[in-house]
Amino acid sequence: MIVRVLGEGQYDVPDDKLEMLNELDQAVESAVETGDTDAFGQALGALLAGVRSAAVPHEAGTLDTSDLILPPADASLEEVRDLLSGDGLIPG
Amino acid sequence: MSLMKRISLVFRSKANRALDKAEDPRETLDYSYQRQLDLLAKVRRGVADVATSRKRVELQVNQLEQQSTKLQGQAEKAISVGREDLAREALTRKSGLSNQISDLKAQHAQLLGEEEKLTLAQQRLQAKVESFRTRKETIKATYTAAEAQTKIGEAMSGIGEEMGDVGLAIQRAEDKTANMQARAGAIDELIASGALDDVSQPGGGDDIARELDALSSGSDVETELAKLKAGSRPEALESGQDGDVLQPESEKSADEGRQ
Repeated sequence: MIVRVLGEGQYDVPDDKLEMLNELDQAVESAVETGDTDAFGQALGALLAGVRSAAVPHEAGTLDTSDLILPPADASLEEVRDLLSGDGLIPG
Repeated sequence: MSLMKRISLVFRSKANRALDKAEDPRETLDYSYQRQLDLLAKVRRGVADVATSRKRVELQVNQLEQQSTKLQGQAEKAISVGREDLAREALTRKSGLSNQISDLKAQHAQLLGEEEKLTLAQQRLQAKVESFRTRKETIKATYTAAEAQTKIGEAMSGIGEEMGDVGLAIQRAEDKTANMQARAGAIDELIASGALDDVSQPGGGDDIARELDALSSGSDVETELAKLKAGSRPEALESGQDGDVLQPESEKSADEGRQ
């Protein structure tokens, strides 16, 4: 499957790695819900590191859409909340 | 639903909403391509803007480091003439500059990071825009307006996602640099006002430099005097052993040869 990390580009992630990424994703999600900035930073870092280590960069010249889109590595908790609400962050 | 899924859905729906719906879908392709070129130009400007900010910070770091070196020199000079109070003042000012310098260096690293990110974003978008152009020409040449719909939808979604990503990258870079530019402006004003220069311009408005100058012009005379005295003394001592100080060099060495 194709995963885009915003600000980095697209990656090809093998399907068998999805379960591992889902676990890492849950940690990010709960940090966003509790508003724990430190935990959020660590969890997001771990999730993106998981993607990068499991994946290879997707071929640059394609027009394929991504199956999953992840926040930029240096995103703040507020930015991720904005991304989730669809307000402001994504230029229309 | 997982965080990744939720972000993906929001992002994609927003990217798709941004796509224009033209009467003939093939016109949409040309319109979108134009917007892609506009975005590419915008990223290039973004890269150039960030580079300009980075160079400005580099220049400021250099200027402040020069001031810092001068203050260090002043402190050393003050100590050599026994004025610990002046040395302390110079070092205090130097430590104030050091904080600013390390702050600027951190900004510099951040700007460099933004510059690299935007440069890579530009390359990625460039590759996608190039594919889109090829795809667009193929679609227009091969399909009727009715047939083209699906193909166009695919191409548009793919490029739309990339454009959303790049647009976000530009916006974030702008937000980050705007704050830094305000601070850089404040430091430029400080440098231009002479508040920093004065500290180390000899004879300028700087009190440390003025006092050191006064001290050193006084002590220079003393030093010269001491040198003269010291210069005559060793020979005077030698004269006790070797005879007349005023004896010409040639004769003196001849005397030494004889001994």
